[in-house]
Formats: sequence, structure tokens, C-alpha cells
Amino acid sequence: MFHRESGYFKTTYRADQALYPLPIARWTVAVFAVLALVLPQLLTVLSGAQSAEYYISIVNFILIAIVGALGLNILVGYTGQISIGHAAFMSVGAYTAANLAVRAGMPFWVTLPAAGLMAAAVGAVVGVPSLRIKGLYLAIATLAAQLIIEWTINHVPWISGGSQASIEIPRPELFGFVLKEHRELYYLFLVVAVLSIVATLNLVRSRIGRAFVAIRDQDIAAEIIGIDIFKYKTLSFAISSFYAGVTGVLYTYLYGVANYENFQITTSIDYLAMIIIGGQGSVLGSIFGATFVTLLPIVIRVFMENVGVFLFTEQELPAVIPAVRLGVFGLLIIVFLVLEPEGLNRLWRNIRSYFRVWPFSY
Amino acid sequence: MTQASESSAIAAGAKVVLDIANVSKKFGGVTAVDGVSVRVPTGRILSVIGPNGAGKTSLLNMISGFYKPDTGYIHLNGRDITSKKPNQIAAMGIARTFQNIALFSGLTVLDNLMLGRHVRMKAGVFASALYWGWAQKEEIAHRERCEEIIEFLKLQDLRKQQTAALAYGLRKRVELGRALALEPEVLLLDEPMGGMNQEEKEEMARYILDVNQERGITVVLIEHDMGVVMDISDEVVVLDRGRRIGGGTPEEVQRDPQVIQAYLGVAKGGDAA
Repeated sequence: MFHRESGYFKTTYRADQALYPLPIARWTVAVFAVLALVLPQLLTVLSGAQSAEYYISIVNFILIAIVGALGLNILVGYTGQISIGHAAFMSVGAYTAANLAVRAGMPFWVTLPAAGLMAAAVGAVVGVPSLRIKGLYLAIATLAAQLIIEWTINHVPWISGGSQASIEIPRPELFGFVLKEHRELYYLFLVVAVLSIVATLNLVRSRIGRAFVAIRDQDIAAEIIGIDIFKYKTLSFAISSFYAGVTGVLYTYLYGVANYENFQITTSIDYLAMIIIGGQGSVLGSIFGATFVTLLPIVIRVFMENVGVFLFTEQELPAVIPAVRLGVFGLLIIVFLVLEPEGLNRLWRNIRSYFRVWPFSY
Repeated sequence: MTQASESSAIAAGAKVVLDIANVSKKFGGVTAVDGVSVRVPTGRILSVIGPNGAGKTSLLNMISGFYKPDTGYIHLNGRDITSKKPNQIAAMGIARTFQNIALFSGLTVLDNLMLGRHVRMKAGVFASALYWGWAQKEEIAHRERCEEIIEFLKLQDLRKQQTAALAYGLRKRVELGRALALEPEVLLLDEPMGGMNQEEKEEMARYILDVNQERGITVVLIEHDMGVVMDISDEVVVLDRGRRIGGGTPEEVQRDPQVIQAYLGVAKGGDAA
């Protein structure tokens, strides 16, 4: 948050490489952690049990989106590859988990990593063409992957569980305690989201993450210093897809059902919007973007319900709201690409550096 | 010409670290490199000179694995590297810099150097994601090596700056640092002084000599500034239109009439040297 750095002198490389080198930053993180732990109770006290459940459900969507956005950012933001098939990997994860849970009665702490690994394997295969093709062509290749995976799931009953292509998944259970309500599922999503954030932060500041950025910035130079481009591009696809697979499982546990309709190309585009709006190549940006894109439709709906009644009749509103949502969405992506390609994360950094010296001008 | 190509250092029995034998490379109808042989003596500075389009950079690209030679072979310490991939060749101990600087512009100076140590590090996905125990120790140990290089190249105040924001001469220096971080046996430098002013050139020449003498790294240098080349090289190889037309000590090359004709221009009135 806002704090000054003067007066702290690092005397070891370990201290210099710490994620939060300043004591005050560590305190900020601690405060956030406590807030996150008591959030359901806090909301209940503030707004009553019923609205609290609704608010928590929004937070849950944000937490899940964070995991998916982090994964896509590793591939797009850090490695500089492009993928419009992110949602397809989510569906791979979703159906893997649903099948494991239903057929083998696996608990969530098995289905979660298993689905991630399955998605990673599929993602690595999809990433193979990335050695030869770049940019638009790679986008088309991943689009093809999206459609092929969607089609396959839809047409192979062994995977999709029949004509509706949806599998009901049992509620996650831990030590006999069943997570049913949003406020209970919240803790599962929180733990997974926090683990994802920490893992990503560590990944991008160490050997593997640096290699990804090297490929993004200068693939020829990356090769000359000994980075195996093919291996790392495939690895990036695999890691990104692992996150996507986990995201798919979380959605499945949230909805109680694995359904490919939740993981279509519009979802892939939503996730791309998250990292463009939030900030490519930034963990904090992924969090901002996931929050922003999740909240946007809700804000638009509330806005239209209150202001739109002056412009449209009550019958028209349900049709207008999705159109407005799409319009605002497209507009925002363009605005961010033109005005602030580094996204919300950059805006945040600007605000921070302003307050770093405030109230002095330098 | 045969006498000229047998350099004095080789004649004196120095060990050969890089043995380039009869390599050729054609691009469509153009022969970029035509049967060139160079033996790079261990621990020396060897310069490759020649007019534009002589095939100098193509030769470097074959050594570092970007081009596969059509004929001939390249040996590093007796091991065939002709058909190895660039990343494998880097891991075997050949580092290089580029004519047009190829830094990772989104990363800091320090991270650029740390990337130079990529092949010397081991951390995989899980160790990196945990960043705990030995993975963290490894990171710190390699950080120390990079700090040595930062000190050597006087980049201390820039270590946390993004390289995109640095001045041209500094970026050249960071690129040299990244190549050094690999702890190479052979360092290939493609016009390290291109576009520099006299002061910066002198500084870079100093660094190259230090790299060679203090760290014992063999240097293969492409450079257009004849003054620098003749001053710091132990041996000079001259290319013209893809062929090797001469070579030897700087003094020998400067006296070679064929070299003078091809490179320095036709001698007028016989007072070339």
C-alpha cells in the first residue's frame, strides 16, 4: 500500500530478494490476511446473513477468476504467447474432476491437482505449434484447440456423461464437513487463490519465470544464453493450463455441475480482457483484472436497473443489459490498449509513486 | 596466403579452443561464407575483420548455432558442435553479444545478468514456485556471481533499472555482462564498439582486455574500428566476400598487400603500410 522506503537498508541478498522487504508491507499483508479470514462473518454482521451470502458469492467468483487470470498471464503476459483457448483448458479440468469425483469418489484435494495435471498435459500438446508459429497464427491455432476440445467433450459421452454434456459433482468435503454454502466454499477458493498467487509470485522472480520473460522480450537472445525455447514455451503452456484446469474445477464445485457451456470462447475472451485491463506481466494486475471484469457486469446491471428505467421500458431492460455489458466491455479493452497498455496495475503504481513522496513534490 | 593463415600463435604451439574448419554457408544463390577455416588459440583475442558483407556475422552465427554450415565442421575443445542447437552451444561455454543489442528490455540489469546464469542454475518449476530451501540458496549464490560482474562493469547504480531505459553504451556493457554471467570459455563479440564515441570505445576495449587477461576467456571479436582491433588483438583474420584472404598478427595483416587491397583500399603509389 502506501508507505515510504527511506530508512531501510538491506544488508543481505536474501533481504533484497524478499517479496515484501519492508516491515510495514508485511504488516499490510497481515492485515489483509486477517480481513480475508473473517470476511464472511464481517459481511454477515454488516449486512445480514442473506445479503452476505450474495456478496460472498461475488467474492468467490473473483477468487476463481484470479486463479484463471494468473494462469493466462503467465502464458500471455510473461511468456508473450497468445491463447484464445484458455476456457477450453478449464473445461478439461472441470470434466476431469467431475469424472474422478463421480466415478471414483475422489475428494476435492485429489481432483483439484489431478484436473490441473490433465489440463497441463493437454495444454502442453496445444503449445507444441508455438515453436513454429507466433502472434495471429498462434491465436488461430489456440482457437482451433478451443473448438476441438469443446466439440470433443460435447460429443464423447464417456467424458461428458450423456446428452446434456453435464455432470453433477458432489459437494467438496473435508473431514466430514461438507462445503455447501458460498460462505463455506469461500475458504476453499481463498486457499487455492492464495496458493496460486504465492506460487506465481515465486515463479516469476526465479529461474523459470525469468526464462519466460526472456522468450517474450528477445527470443533469439534467450536461445543464445542457453534457454531451450521449445521446452520453455511448452512449459509455459502447461503451467498456464494447470491454472486453467484448477479454475475449471473451482467453477464446477461452485456451480455443482461440470458443463462445457461455462467454458466457451466468450469465457476465454473474458480472461484475456482481465489481463489486458489488469496489466500484462503482473501478478497484481491479474488480481485487479479478475476483480474488475467480475464486478463490471454487476455494476452495469445495478446501474441499468436504476438509471436505465428512464430510457427503456421494463420489458426491454433484460435484452438491453447484456448488450450494454458487451459494449462497455469492448470499449474498455480498446481504451486500455490505447491509453494504458500496462493496465490497472500501472495506474496503481502511478498512484503509489505519487504518494511515496507526498506531500513533497520530490 | 598459406603462410599468412598459419598464425604466429598457432605456430608457437598454443592450444586451440575453437577449431573452425572449411565452413561454408549459402543463402539461395549467395555464398555468405566460403570455405573458411579459423583456429582460435586458447586464451587469446582473435579479431575477424573485413568489409561489409564479408561474412563475419554469418561466421559467428554458425559458431553459435543459428546457422548450420553447409560444409566443414566446428569443434569446441575437440567436441563437434556443428549441428548443436544455440542453447546447447551456450551451455557448452560459448557466449556472445549482438551487433544490434539484444537485451531483455522488460527486465532489470540484474535480471538480465541472472538470465545469463540460466544454464548454470538448476531450479525447476516446483522449486521455483516454492522458492524455499535450496532454490532460494541457489538464487542467492548466483546473485553473488552476478554482483561480481556488476562490480566489474561498474553497473552498481543501475542494477535495478530496466534495460530499456538505459543509454546505448550502457546497454552494450550490460550485454557484455550477461554474456560474462554465463562463465563462458569463448566469448563472441559482434561489434561491441559500434556506434560508440572514442571514450566509450576505450572503456569497452579495457573491459575486453580485462575479460581476456584476468578471467582467461578467449575472445573472438568482430570490429570495424581498425585502431582498436590492431591494438588489442593477438591475431587477426581477414574475410572478403565470404572467403578468408589473410590472417596473422596485427603487424602481419597490416603489411599484407592482399588485405590492404581488399579492405583498406588499393594502395596508391606503393606506400600502403
